[in-house]
Amino acid sequence: MNIVVCVKQVPDTATERKLRSDDKTLDRDAADGVINELDEYAVEEALKLKEAHGGEAAVTVLTMGPAKATETIRKALAMGADKAVHLTDDALHGSDALSTSYAMAQALGRIGFDLVVLGSESTDARTGVLAAMLAERLGVAQLTQAKKVEVSGTSIAVERVTEYGYDKVEATLPAVVSVVEKINEPRYPSFKGIMAAKKKPVETLSVADAGIAADQVGLAGAWSEVAEFAAAPPRGAGTIVKGDGDGGTKTADFLVTKKFI
Amino acid sequence: MPVERVLPSSEGHDLIELTREIAAKEVAPRAAVEESAGRFPREVLRTLGASGLLGLPYPEEYGGAAQPQEVYLQVVEELAAAWLAMGLGVSVHTLSCFPVAFYGDAGQRERLLPGMLGGDLLGAYCLSEPQSGSDAAALTTRAVRDSGGFVVNGVKAWTTHGGVADFYTVMTRTSDDGARGISCLHVPAGTGGLSFGAPERKMGMRSSPTAQVRFDDVRVPADALVGAEGEGFKIAMAALDGGRLGIAACAVGVAQAAYDAALAYAKERRQFGSRIADFQGVGFMLADMATTIAAARALYLDAARLRDAGRPYGTRAAMAKLFATDACMRVTTDAVQIFGGYGYVEDFPVERYMREAKVLQIVEGTNQIQRLVISRALARD
Ligand SMILES: Cc1cc2nc3c(=O)[nH]c(=O)nc-3n(C[C@H](O)[C@H](O)[C@H](O)COP(=O)(O)OP(=O)(O)OC[C@H]3O[C@@H](n4cnc5c(N)ncnc54)[C@H](O)[C@@H]3O)c2cc1C
Ligand SMILES: Cc1cc2nc3c(=O)[nH]c(=O)nc-3n(C[C@H](O)[C@H](O)[C@H](O)COP(=O)(O)OP(=O)(O)OC[C@H]3O[C@@H](n4cnc5c(N)ncnc54)[C@H](O)[C@@H]3O)c2cc1C
Repeated sequence: MNIVVCVKQVPDTATERKLRSDDKTLDRDAADGVINELDEYAVEEALKLKEAHGGEAAVTVLTMGPAKATETIRKALAMGADKAVHLTDDALHGSDALSTSYAMAQALGRIGFDLVVLGSESTDARTGVLAAMLAERLGVAQLTQAKKVEVSGTSIAVERVTEYGYDKVEATLPAVVSVVEKINEPRYPSFKGIMAAKKKPVETLSVADAGIAADQVGLAGAWSEVAEFAAAPPRGAGTIVKGDGDGGTKTADFLVTKKFI
Repeated sequence: MPVERVLPSSEGHDLIELTREIAAKEVAPRAAVEESAGRFPREVLRTLGASGLLGLPYPEEYGGAAQPQEVYLQVVEELAAAWLAMGLGVSVHTLSCFPVAFYGDAGQRERLLPGMLGGDLLGAYCLSEPQSGSDAAALTTRAVRDSGGFVVNGVKAWTTHGGVADFYTVMTRTSDDGARGISCLHVPAGTGGLSFGAPERKMGMRSSPTAQVRFDDVRVPADALVGAEGEGFKIAMAALDGGRLGIAACAVGVAQAAYDAALAYAKERRQFGSRIADFQGVGFMLADMATTIAAARALYLDAARLRDAGRPYGTRAAMAKLFATDACMRVTTDAVQIFGGYGYVEDFPVERYMREAKVLQIVEGTNQIQRLVISRALARD
C-alpha cells in the first residue's frame, strides 16, 4: 500500500505572524517554520496504517513549500515516514487554495498512491478545503474530518466527525482522507529516527518536473486575490468585575452577554 | 531563555533539541501536580524511552545511541531542570545498566542489554542497606551458591525505583572478605522472593519512589552474576563514578531552573518603586547564582570530557558532584529568598527546587564522602 501524507510547513503559531506588504502573501521568513500541527496527526495515522498493514506499505511525505520547508520534511521522516517529495519552485509562490490543489494533484499523479492523508486544516491559511479539492481533481473518494480510519484490503472506513456526533463513511481505495486531532496521539521522533531521517531520500520536484502549467499557479495563476489587509486591532482592556458578595452573579451576567453561557 | 550549549556534534544538537521539546511538552507541565500528589509517572519515562533517552551512552550494537558523556549528561541536565524525578530517573537507570554493559560477558550483553537500553524497561541500583550507607562495603545482603545458581537473602534500603523497576542491579556479599567479598547480580523484577517496602515519605522528589528491596530466598541462575565473583565492590564504585556525574548534571539542571525563575521574578516584582532586580542586594545574588551555575556546569563537563577521552576521571567526578550539588543548594535557597514570601508557598516552583536540591547532597555518596574521595586521592597521588 502506498500512503502519501501531505505535510505543510506553517509559521509557528506562538510567534507573531505577518503578511508581506509587497505582494500580500504570508511572510514566511519572519517566523520559525514548524510542521502544521494537524499534519503530525496525519503522519501518525499514516504510520499506524503502515504498521497495521505489515511490511509492504510505504509512507511518502509530500510537501509544497519553499526551500526551508525541508526542516518540516525531516521532522515527518524522523517520526518514521520512509521518503519524501518536496514540490518547490519560485513559480508556486502565492498560489491560492485552488492552484495549490492543482499543483499537489499533479505531484500526487507522479508519485502514485493508494491513500492520501492530510490534516483537516492548516493553522496559517485555514481554508480546510484541500482534501476535498484534491479528491475532486484526482477523481477519487474523499473522506474528510476523520476521527478513526480503518483499511482492509481495498476498502476504507472512517468515522467522520459531525456537529451531532459522527458518520460512518466507507469507500474503495484509492482515496483521500483528512484527519482531526481526536484521531490519535502523535509520537515524538526518536533520536535514532532523527539520525535515520538524514539518510532518507527526499526527491525535489519543480513545476516542470511535476508537469504543472506554470501560469496556473503562483500569484499569477490565482483565482482569488488578497485585495487589502490590516493589522488586527490591539486587544482592548479587560473588564474587571468588582464583587461585593455579588461577584459570581456579575461574572455570570457578563458571560451571558457574551453568549458564553 | 535556553542554556547556551557547546556540543561536539550536530547530532548532539539534535538530541538536545528533541530533549527540550519533550521536556517542555511532556515533563515540565506535570512536575508540580505529580510532585504534590507523590505519583510516579511511569508513562513519562516510557515516552523518554521510546525516544531513545534511556540508553544514550551505551553502544549502538546493543540498542544504545553511543553518545559521549558530554552529550548524555546535558540531556540529563535538561530533564532535571524540567523535573528532577525524571532527570534523576534517567541517571539511575543509566547507572543500573553500567555493570552489565562494562563488566558483563558477551552472552550477558547480548541477552540483557537490548532490553535494558530499549526504553521499555526501567532499572534500579541496590547498594545501600539500612546499616550500611556511606560505609557501603559493610553490606550484609548475602548470596550463597546453590545448585548452579545463587540464593539471596537480605534487605536493601533507599532503592530509587524500588517496586517499580523491571530489573535490579544488586550488590551482595558472597564471602566475608570485606570489600573483596562483594559480587554484582542482575535480578529481574518478578523473581520469586523479591518484595518491597512502602515508598519512603520524602521531603522532596516525591514522584521518584524510594523503597526497601527485600530478598527472601531469592533464587537466580549462575549467569545472573555480572563480572567475577568478588568484583562487585569495584564494579559498584566504577558505576558510582559515572553516577556522580549524573547527579552533578541533575544539580545544575535544578539550579538553572531555580535561577531562571528567580531572574524572571526579580525583573517583574517591584518594591520601593523599582524592579527588585535593580537593587544591588538582589542583583549580586543573581550574579553569584549565574556564576556558580556556569562554574558547576563547566566542572561536570570537564570531568565528562576526561571520561570520554578514556582518562581516569573519578576524582574530577567527585569534585563535580560536590561542587554542583552544594551550588544547587545555595542557588535554590537564594531563589526562595528572591521570591520573598511567594517563594515559600507551593504556588511557585522555587520551594520545590529547594527541597529537591537537598537530596542531591546526600545520594551517590554524601558530600562528606566526596571530600573523602578527593582528599584521599590528593594524598595518594
Ligand atoms: C495570508 C494568506 C492569505 C491567503 N489568501 C487566500 C485567498 O484569498 N484565497 C485562497 O484560495 N487561498 C488563500 N490563501 C491560501 C494559501 O494559498 C494556502 O496556504 C494554500 O492554498 C493551502 O491551503 P490551506 O493551507 O488553507 O489548506 P487546508 O485545506 O487548510 O489544509 C489541509 C491540509 O492540506 C495539506 N496541505 C495544505 N497545504 C499544503 C502544502 N503546501 N504542502 C503539503 N500539504 C499541504 C496539509 O495536510 C493540511 O493539513 C492564503 C494564505 C495566506 C497565508
Ligand atoms: C532519595 C534517595 C534515593 C536513594 N537512592 C539510592 C539508590 O538508588 N541506590 C542505593 O544504593 N542507595 C540510594 N540511596 C542511599 C544513599 O546513597 C545513602 O543515603 C547515602 O549513601 C548515605 O548513606 P546513609 O543514609 O546511610 O548515611 P550515613 O552513611 O549513615 O551518613 C550519615 C552522616 O554521616 C556522614 N559520614 C558518614 N561517614 C563519614 C565519614 N567517613 N566522614 C565524614 N562524614 C561521614 C555522612 O556524610 C552523613 O552526613 C538513596 C537515598 C535517598 C535519600
